[in-house]
Amino acid sequence: MDIIKRAFTKSIWVFHMSVGSCNNCDIETLDCFTPRFDLERFGIQLIGSARHADALLVTGAMNKKAVLRMKKVYEQVPKPCVVVACGTCACSQHMFKYSYNVAEPLDKILPVDVYIPGCPPKPEAIISGIVKALDKIKKGK
Amino acid sequence: MSHKIIVPIGPYHPLQEEPEYFQLYVEGEKVVDIDIIIGYNHRGIEKLSESKHFDQVPFLVERICGICSSSHPYAYCLAVENILGGEANIVPEKALYIRTIIDELQRIHSHLLWLGLAGHFIGYNTVWMWAWKYREPVLDMFEMVTGNRNNYAMFKVGGVRRDLKDEDIPILKKMLDELSPGVDLFRGAIMDDPVIKMRLKGVGVLTRQQVVDWCVVGPTARASGVNMDIRRDEPYGVSDRLDWKVILEKDGDIFCKTIVRILELYESISIIRQSLNKMPKDGPIDAGVKDIPAGEGIGRVEAPRGECFHYIKSDGTNRPVRHKIRSPSFMNVASDKVSAVGGTISDATLTLAAVDPCYCCTERVAVINKTDKCKVMNGWDLIKLSQEKTLKLKEGYYGRPE
Repeated sequence: MDIIKRAFTKSIWVFHMSVGSCNNCDIETLDCFTPRFDLERFGIQLIGSARHADALLVTGAMNKKAVLRMKKVYEQVPKPCVVVACGTCACSQHMFKYSYNVAEPLDKILPVDVYIPGCPPKPEAIISGIVKALDKIKKGK
Repeated sequence: MSHKIIVPIGPYHPLQEEPEYFQLYVEGEKVVDIDIIIGYNHRGIEKLSESKHFDQVPFLVERICGICSSSHPYAYCLAVENILGGEANIVPEKALYIRTIIDELQRIHSHLLWLGLAGHFIGYNTVWMWAWKYREPVLDMFEMVTGNRNNYAMFKVGGVRRDLKDEDIPILKKMLDELSPGVDLFRGAIMDDPVIKMRLKGVGVLTRQQVVDWCVVGPTARASGVNMDIRRDEPYGVSDRLDWKVILEKDGDIFCKTIVRILELYESISIIRQSLNKMPKDGPIDAGVKDIPAGEGIGRVEAPRGECFHYIKSDGTNRPVRHKIRSPSFMNVASDKVSAVGGTISDATLTLAAVDPCYCCTERVAVINKTDKCKVMNGWDLIKLSQEKTLKLKEGYYGRPE
């Protein structure tokens, strides 16, 4: 377990998944990887395949159709993995709570490790959220 | 004898941020047909809107799409003001200028975002990083004026929520001056680069007739030579008092779409500069609208992607009875059927992205039948289905009525 922990905290690869979001959280997540914030200098990277991911960053209110796909993607992520709820929609479903097309909140479906509130959270907040996730792993999940 | 192969893209894929599902039918390298399956992002906003009162709805429609988060509330406010007697008659002078400034700032940020993503899709990550670097000052301007980088919450029925402070105006002008060299750099980098020209010329062509047939709107239509711009055709804000021009191109390929968007950046910067200069120093920013009378109204706004249309029906209470939204991507995405088909599979991703699709705006409920055909259902169909089910259960419980 120790070697996993050591490798895990060095460079964390993030798979980003939108489950019925308005695009804002997604854009702010991408923004973290562009010149002003540049997360890649810390080894944090957005990747294209869930099978390579260390962290799953979920944005958006839980759309009923997308939730089924999200569960499948979560099964493909190698464990241990960190689940980050990014944005108020993912944390508490925001103003879409009473919509007919959203399922239950994210933390009822997946074990969420870090919540990043905000509509949308600023890139600084997203970075701080991912760093908190790293801290959590270091201390032993 | 060639046979068709289906290449699935999505719903979770690194290509675009939102979940959407494309099926490309290919024969060898050639795309022969395409299916677009959406519904992964539907949040039922039109229905939710009917449960909120008129002052709450702007916050909701702002979250339809994170990129056009000023176009949707603007179109909604125009629709409600249409019931009240027109934007020009009730909204104070200064608020009109602030509305135009916010709307054009949003266009700059959206076009830069698209340019960056398009650069990423063709493998020019430098363009991506540049575009997003020059996009940051625009977000800073938003943060300074509205307090948030993305959801601005500036629009309300009868005016705007926040005033533009006098001390902010010189800073805004300075930031705009600093933005122009960045855009110049872009124009040079994209228009003069032989590789980008080779890559984009003649790819994903939409002819003028196809644009008319498929009701394509916005920069995508203007790139094919269709002269349409809601800011000019049905002026709102102060767009009819300022000096600007509609950018037109003829060929309708992706290169033209890029050029239209780059040149529109200059127009937007010029519109903001003129508005900042002409804006009255003081005055009210809100008309203080209290009651919305019964009636119907429409609002049309030129969003960065094209015409954004909102329809409001009010019955004199404090909530809309019906709120109908038609966003630009709804028409533009369908045109992939003609622009992507016939091209090679390596061009397909770029062609799909060239209309600047926004699936959050476009989402509808999609119901898949057993016959593999997709049927789109509206709220009434759903209610009818639900009622039929109750009837069936009733019959099962009580037996069939005589």
